This record gives sequence, C-alpha cells and structure tokens, in this order.
Amino acid sequence: MSAAEWHVVAFTLRVAALSTLLIAPLGVGVAWLLARYRWPGKSLAETVVTLPLVLPPVATGLLLLKLVGRRGPLGQLLDRAGVDVVFTWRAVVLAMMAMSFPLLVRGCRVAFEEVNVRFEQVARTLGASDWRVFLTITVPLALRGIVGGLVLAFARAIGEFGATIVVAGNIPGRTRTLALAMYDDVQLGHDDAAFRLLGVAAAIAFVALWTSEAALRRRGAPR
Amino acid sequence: MKLELDGVSFPLAHFDLDVTARLSSIATGIFGPSGAGKTSLLEAIAGLRRPRRGRIVLDDRVFDDRGVHVPARHRRIGYVPQENALFPHMSVLRNIRYGAAEAPIDECVRVVEIEHLLARRVTTLSGGEQKRVALARALVTAPRLLLLDEPLAGLDRALHARISSYLRRIRDELRVAMLYVTHDPEELAGIAEETVVIERGRVVAVGKTAEVVAFSQ
Repeated sequence: MSAAEWHVVAFTLRVAALSTLLIAPLGVGVAWLLARYRWPGKSLAETVVTLPLVLPPVATGLLLLKLVGRRGPLGQLLDRAGVDVVFTWRAVVLAMMAMSFPLLVRGCRVAFEEVNVRFEQVARTLGASDWRVFLTITVPLALRGIVGGLVLAFARAIGEFGATIVVAGNIPGRTRTLALAMYDDVQLGHDDAAFRLLGVAAAIAFVALWTSEAALRRRGAPR
Repeated sequence: MKLELDGVSFPLAHFDLDVTARLSSIATGIFGPSGAGKTSLLEAIAGLRRPRRGRIVLDDRVFDDRGVHVPARHRRIGYVPQENALFPHMSVLRNIRYGAAEAPIDECVRVVEIEHLLARRVTTLSGGEQKRVALARALVTAPRLLLLDEPLAGLDRALHARISSYLRRIRDELRVAMLYVTHDPEELAGIAEETVVIERGRVVAVGKTAEVVAFSQ
C-alpha cells in the first residue's frame, strides 16, 4: 500500500473512533430513555432518531450541509467562533455521527429492554440511587448489547459514504475516507487499489467484531 | 411494626386495587388467588409503584399520601420478589453487600446458613440457595419491614419446610417484621399470626391465620 493509502486508512480509523466516542454518551442515554420511560414527544424523538437510517444518506448529508453551512443556523454560530466545518475533517465526523447514531440507539435500546426491571427495582429497595442502579445493574447487564451497538456504529462510520461526500467532499489528505478513496479508485479504473482498500476495510470490520466478542466472553468470572 | 394502608388504590389490568388495612403483627400473611393484586400491593408498599390515591404509613413514617411519595431507596423496606432477582453478574457476597457495603453481614448470613456460598456465582445456586441469598441480601440493610412474594413458589415440597424454618428464624431471632404473600394459605400456618385476604384488589377478610386458613378450606 502507498503512503497515501495508509494515510486514508489511519484518517478513517481516527474519525470513525472519534465519531463513535462522541455519540456514545448521548446514544446510550437516549436508548435508555426510550427503553425505560414514557414521556411526551417520545414517538417524535423515536422517528427523528431513526430518520437517517431510512433517508437516502445523500439527503442526510444535504440536511447537515444546510445546518452547518456558513448560512445555516448552526454554521453561523460556529463561523462566529471561528470554526469551519463544511469540507473539513469535522464534517466527516459529523456525517459519521449522524449516520451511525440510529444504529447505536437501536442496539442499546434493545439491550436495555432485555434487562429485567426486577433487578433495578430490587436494587432501589436496597438503597441505590437511580444513577447507581444504572451504572451497577442496568449497564453491566446490557453491556453485551451496548458494546454491540458501539461496534456496529463504528463499522457504519467506517463505511459511511453518501452523507460524507455531500457535507465534506472528497478532498485527498483532508476529507478522503476509505469508502471515498475506494469509490475514486473504481471510477479511475484502479481496481487493484480498490481491492487493497476493500481488504483493509474487511480486516477492520473483522477485528472490531472479533475483539468485542472476545472481550465480552472474558467477562465470565464473578467479581 | 405498624403498617397503615388507607385507601391505597391504583388501576390494574382488569380492575382497580383499593386496599385499606391496619397491620401490627410481626408476621402478616397476604393471601388471595393469583391475579388478585398481591404483588402490586407489595410494590406499592416497597415504593416501586406510586398509588393514585391513599396513604401508606409505616411506624408513623408517611411513605405515601397526597403530594408525598418517599422513593423506594429511602424506605428501608426489604423486598424479596418471587423470582429472587439476584444480580446475575455478581457473586453471592457482592449481592449481599450491594445494599450495605459497610454493615456487618455475619448474623444475616448465619441465620440463613449461606456461609459456604459467599464466593459462588449466583447462577450456580439451586432454587433454595437462591432464596436464602435473596433473604440475606434484603436483611443486611436492617429493613423496617420485609416483603416476601410467594417465597416457596417454584421450590419442591422438601424445601418448603426448610425455607419456612429460615423465615421463622428471621422472625424470632432477628425480629424483622414481614408481609408474606401467598396463594396457598397452608404456607402461612406457623409463620403469620394475622392474615389479610385479597380478592380482585379488595380486602375481603382480615383475621387470625388459623381462622382464615380454616375458612378458605
């Protein structure tokens, strides 16, 4: 692989990891609220959260572009703060976040719903605060699903294409990710290069899934 | 122990629960057919379910009233659900320590005879062992009241006598007050002095357990 290709791989891993890290607290929190509570506007929130999963990724990219573009509501604020988003690595992270968020929430939500509320109830009668119940009972019992959701979100971020190309472009050395580079290679007839990147993408996905499974299997012994 | 349930009501799937009772025995039975609302009543007393109306007062502490709802974690009421709900990702010892990290556990562990089980995973315990661990876990918090939901359900006949004897030891040696929910009045003989009979969410009889048992047969 060429230095440029390694750069693309390293960049993709970095931004995908950052994206997953940034959506983790909110994604887990939203999933927990959806799984455990009834509140006004819940259906609307569910729909909004799921929207990027069913919209064409390009459409999500377009919405993001309108939001964070120089004349967008968020873009104006960021511009005043001197932060450029569109066509920078930040836009890549943003596109990855928007596209992988629904998968994280869905994975975690199912995991939380599978935790028997009796465990949480008993913990409360034993004097535990809501926060302690969440950290010591709910999260450990849902951990397999939460990790699964995070891995899925990470994998989705690695493969993100449609929203990224709209909001971040395909700028070599700046915003070009694995998927964008692969697309370029195919367009230019560089099939060998495309297949090299495909191999790397498959290896990343394999390692991510395998390590998360192995980590969860080791959580056997009682503490 | 003095427990006042004054018009405690909330909707259930097929009827409204509405219970008024004044209980003062150290061990009280709550007897009724399946689906009578017994478990829901225990949940309300434990603070896990907020009544729509009514007062719950334990030893002059108002737990529920208009505008008042003391959360479960501040009630110090031990709750042993039918399925025990031992935390499956923790050892027996960590389960027992969950509600009382610093408090001494020796006496509670001794009364239900689980000294030899402390290092075990809860998923490797038999049904009777799980019940004893669940009892100990609730007892180490020094509860004002212990709620037992069908404590013998799912255990074979041979174990009934054994678990019943542990419950008597909890009553007599630790002097912990208990509410014992069951659909089988024979279980209450020898444990509960007084029994409340509930049907379709309403109290239909209160009396000496022996009389209630005789009446139900």
